[in-house]
Amino acid sequence: MSTSPRRRTVAAGIGVLAATALALAACTPGSNTAPDATREPTGAAPAEVRTDISDAEKQTLVVWDQEVRGGQNEQMERLNKAFMEQYPNITIERVTQSNDDLQNTLRLALTGKDAPDVAQTNNARSQMGQFVASGQIIPLDDYAEAYGWTDRFSDSVLQNTRYSTDGKIFGEGSLYGLPQVGEVVGVYYSKAKLGQLGLDVPETWADFENQLGTIAEAGETPLMLGNLDQWPALHVFGPVQGAYVAPDEIRDLGFGNEGASWASEGNLQAATELQDWAKSGYFNDGFNGADYDATWQAFTKGEGVYLIGGSWLAADIGAAMGEDVGFFAPPPTDAGAGRVTTGATGIPFAVTSQAENPDVAAAYIDFVTSEDAMAVLAETGNMPVVETAEHLPESGLQRDVFLAYDDVATKGDLVPYLDWATPTMGTTLGQALQALMAGELTPQAFADTVEQDYAEFVASNQ
Amino acid sequence: MRGGRGRPAPVSVAGGVVTRTDDDARLPAPAPRRRSKYGLAPYGFLLPALLVYACFLLYPLGRAVQISLYDWDGLSLATFVGAANYVDVVTDPQLRAAFGHALVLIFYFAVLPLGIGLVLAALLTRARVRGLGFFRTVVFLPQVIAMVVVAVAWRQIYAPAGQLNTLLRAVGLDSLTRTWLGDFTLTLHAVGLIGSWVSTGLVTVLLMAGMSRVPGELYEAATIDGAGPVRTFLSITVPSVRAEIVVSLTLTIIAALKTFDLIYVTTAGGPGSTTTVPSFEVYRRAFELGEVGSAAAIAVVLTVLIFLINLAVNRIGEHER
Repeated sequence: MSTSPRRRTVAAGIGVLAATALALAACTPGSNTAPDATREPTGAAPAEVRTDISDAEKQTLVVWDQEVRGGQNEQMERLNKAFMEQYPNITIERVTQSNDDLQNTLRLALTGKDAPDVAQTNNARSQMGQFVASGQIIPLDDYAEAYGWTDRFSDSVLQNTRYSTDGKIFGEGSLYGLPQVGEVVGVYYSKAKLGQLGLDVPETWADFENQLGTIAEAGETPLMLGNLDQWPALHVFGPVQGAYVAPDEIRDLGFGNEGASWASEGNLQAATELQDWAKSGYFNDGFNGADYDATWQAFTKGEGVYLIGGSWLAADIGAAMGEDVGFFAPPPTDAGAGRVTTGATGIPFAVTSQAENPDVAAAYIDFVTSEDAMAVLAETGNMPVVETAEHLPESGLQRDVFLAYDDVATKGDLVPYLDWATPTMGTTLGQALQALMAGELTPQAFADTVEQDYAEFVASNQ
Repeated sequence: MRGGRGRPAPVSVAGGVVTRTDDDARLPAPAPRRRSKYGLAPYGFLLPALLVYACFLLYPLGRAVQISLYDWDGLSLATFVGAANYVDVVTDPQLRAAFGHALVLIFYFAVLPLGIGLVLAALLTRARVRGLGFFRTVVFLPQVIAMVVVAVAWRQIYAPAGQLNTLLRAVGLDSLTRTWLGDFTLTLHAVGLIGSWVSTGLVTVLLMAGMSRVPGELYEAATIDGAGPVRTFLSITVPSVRAEIVVSLTLTIIAALKTFDLIYVTTAGGPGSTTTVPSFEVYRRAFELGEVGSAAAIAVVLTVLIFLINLAVNRIGEHER
């Protein structure tokens, strides 16, 4: 068999590849998509801000959101309709995707020619942080002043969408978006089960921990967790961390700003406690291989006593369990003290630097986060990020959740999601928590792993 | 009346040697004249296909190679870093582990199904069973189902309270119940077995096609010589389907190395990072972490690896023929 024709074919193929590569080499990736290099990434908003858009020229406002579920979708549709009625010159073109899809496609869309004007942009450094640093979204400070957003929203809410204009500092600096809803991670409990076991809603963290032992001894599963997808354990670790680590320190860790360490005493204690819970069998069997949705559904069907989860589950859990379910924010270490837990805001709305008319985009954001909008949100079963207590439902699980959020937001500390810290933190922390809870990592090794991610990012971010 | 009605002259190919018939006289003869007669025309016919191929395959490939030389977040202007991304692929223990996992999956996607497929195909072709078509369909069925659907189904089967554990408990094997998708040593193999389940059908059907062409006389002769079923299987069946074995290995090894949807849906790389695979890392880095250059480098390495392994498989298959 002669190999020379094949050799020639291969050589020709390589030649074509090389030629293609050379033809490409002329343009650097990003050169055609990155915002104009002459413009500073500070992306200065237009010099003059106009809040009255009723005489703006006829146009279409493209909005990308991830409000796909029942009540979320309904509020969005109602608000959009109201907006178009008030401003007949503006047509809203709404594009909805699931949260995961939006996160994946937005990055591509922003670098393309058909970027949306307004888009829900995750607060995390992997999203908003990178968009700020690359000048893909614009700071809204002038609009905040013109519309009085700093009065409408508390600082603790706004800090979740603040970045320095170079994207390096998270939690302070310019404002890059506004959220509609509030979120809080707390504890769902079966009222019937707690009653049968002769237990009351715990008032202190020590109470809560003791109860877990009592419940396990009684042959029930104390805590339900479906951690197959890795991120659910972050929401369990958050409240435990809140019991041992000062809120400001958690904030630095969550925002990925310098000044804190995962290897601190408090974080070690929290990791140790979580591992102890897992070792003591406080979680359902095989929690690391259990599906998130299947697990909270199992909880609604009577499995387990407690479920640590976010307020976003309240509508579904409430519908399934009715009056049998309650919700409380993680108890403080000292009775009566402010409670600390993971939570913050829903995904904020931001204005892209490709927005046709930033004034219209900002007016839209103002509209969907206004006081009237908050009422619509509450009516459709969502938890308004501000004036939560004023829109308190009459009864049921939603009432518990609203009260818990208001309590934490006003008297305690809502600390950021820990995966916001660095672009890789979601993966690092998710994997490390699975290993910690399976006993594959010691608490010290867990802290070292996560600290390495955090410290490397902080160092590279200077 | 060979070639009588102006039909093209029959050219028979045997053993890789082109035998020309005596009609050759009418064919345009030797290379130099042929070139002058047709000129660049043949390439003209190739051009449309080549353009499509270049646009949709060569250009993206070249672009991926180019991007792999940059540090790029997908948003702002990239910076040239040379081979740094490739150095990362080699030095990052987690990435090396991902490639290791892909190699383990080759066993489950390619080697194991080949073993099962050979036996199954031999049984199905040699035993004159009724309703052969039915069995063939059943065996092939997993191949038809989209991988995402397969993954969702198996995720439920493997769940802590899923069908597999329920079945084990029902037959009194409680001690064998496991957290199939949440166990640090077991999960990669559990996921691999899903791959075996999918691949076996394809391999079996391919091998059956090959085996059905083996002349019955060979088996008769072997039986007369006193060979048992195992002997005939090893001496006649297996050697005569060598070509099919090469094809099925090629297909299944590619499937194993580029596995993405299965991992993405069943474990998302977990528990810990025990089931991450290169394709999943490509996706994660490009779309979630904004490390597009690094993702491209992994993709290029993966492509080269797939190319090399399959080249080796085909070379070995050809040489032994």
